[in-house]
Amino acid sequence: MRTPQKLRYTRDHEWLDLQGDVGTVGITDFAQKELGDIVYVELPAKGATVRAGKEMGSVESVKAVSEIFAPVEGEVIDANGVLSSAPETLNRDPYGEGWMVKVRVSDPAQAAKLMDLDAYEAYLKGEGKTG
Amino acid sequence: MIAPQRSPIHDRHLAAGARIIDFAGWEMPVQYSGILGEHQAVRSAAGLFDVSHMGEVSIQGRGSEGFLQRLTMNDVRTLEDGGAQYTGLLTPRGTLVDDLILYRLERDLYLLIVNAANTRKDYDWLLEHRRGDVQVSDRSAEHALLALQGPLAEEILRRLAPGLPDLRRFTHAGIPLRGAACRVARTGYTGEDGFEILAPPARAGALWDALLEAGSPLGLLPAGLGARDTLRLEAGLLLYGQDLDEQTTPLEAGLGRFVRLDKGDFMGREALVRQSRDGVPRRLIGFEMVDAGVARHGYPVWSGGQPRGPVASGGFAPTLKKNIGLVYLPAEAPLEPLEIDIRGRRAAARAVRIPFYHRRHRSTPAALSGEA
Repeated sequence: MRTPQKLRYTRDHEWLDLQGDVGTVGITDFAQKELGDIVYVELPAKGATVRAGKEMGSVESVKAVSEIFAPVEGEVIDANGVLSSAPETLNRDPYGEGWMVKVRVSDPAQAAKLMDLDAYEAYLKGEGKTG
Repeated sequence: MIAPQRSPIHDRHLAAGARIIDFAGWEMPVQYSGILGEHQAVRSAAGLFDVSHMGEVSIQGRGSEGFLQRLTMNDVRTLEDGGAQYTGLLTPRGTLVDDLILYRLERDLYLLIVNAANTRKDYDWLLEHRRGDVQVSDRSAEHALLALQGPLAEEILRRLAPGLPDLRRFTHAGIPLRGAACRVARTGYTGEDGFEILAPPARAGALWDALLEAGSPLGLLPAGLGARDTLRLEAGLLLYGQDLDEQTTPLEAGLGRFVRLDKGDFMGREALVRQSRDGVPRRLIGFEMVDAGVARHGYPVWSGGQPRGPVASGGFAPTLKKNIGLVYLPAEAPLEPLEIDIRGRRAAARAVRIPFYHRRHRSTPAALSGEA
């Protein structure tokens, strides 16, 4: 079970769970609530290289499309196939079954630049967002 | 910056946890529990919408019928008291100033239900073209408008009004609901059976509560503008500002069945007669995505390998579980291959018939009642 306390966060509302040099990436509960009902998820292919802060995919809700940015640089080693057949999984379980990709992170130290949970929650409050 | 307007039942939306957006200068609920669930409730049970942002304009006086006959595309003379019709205001070029529902309340008294974004424009247009014994009045502030839509809408409304007369599609009647003098019309914008209810603003909150209380056991949900948009697009109902505008004629938009070229002269008739004779230069096409991806308003379209206009309306169709859309293509443009540029990726689509969704057959066929 992934707990939000142990994750790192971006200002674009992605989370990163780093275990060794493998990082699992998803979007936060705040992000899925903002988007509303998700109907399509586009993820990078296995083997693709993603770069920190650059677009790596997109999430489409009924109302809008939202780009997903990679929190760190690395090579995609797995993408969550469940999201192509059941994109609503992202709404239901954004930190668990709704994970998006696993990345072999080129420089695990990069993750330290991301926000921890306290910083992310303060960031949400600062944006006038209550989550 | 003009302060946004609010519905008289704005407090109900906040209390229900609605997400509020700006729509045509109004703060309106886009969703309550979620667009997909609200959409599904309307298709299978019922949904309750607050559409008080819509405008109401009355036309009164002995010259009313002739005035409306001259400014609108449908035939006002076919309306009896208690009748309604889908119609449009036209420019001299035959293009649409607005599309609207016209109610005949009584002889020499009509009410137009117009798009929120166009209320002021329509009112000014009507005033500008007024002639003879005709009074034009903006009645928007005197009306809240609720839409009760879905296969169980009638059953729910009967719980509040056991004496509800048998209203056929596109008819309306003055009916007291919870002591408020309301006007109930069998019309809607969802592709389902249902009613639109004009209510005095001060009584609308109590009516909203009563309808929800009566309908909740049957699956009624409050529904926002998000579901209204997915429902109307599936049903092939057009949205002014996306699918219709002042550059578009009703014939190009596929609304020919609401244009009565034989009713006598009216503004824009000459241009429409010409289009009718020579053919339209472009026409509205429905499409569904073959490749993955959601086509949205404004995305570039390609047909026959050539760039065409942008997607008019587009989005996910929850009942069909497909991504659908509308686009104007030149009359001579091939429909294949049809591609939508989804943020830099050309995705395959195919032309399909409008409407995308048809509700199961009812006792009052839509074809006989002139459903928009």
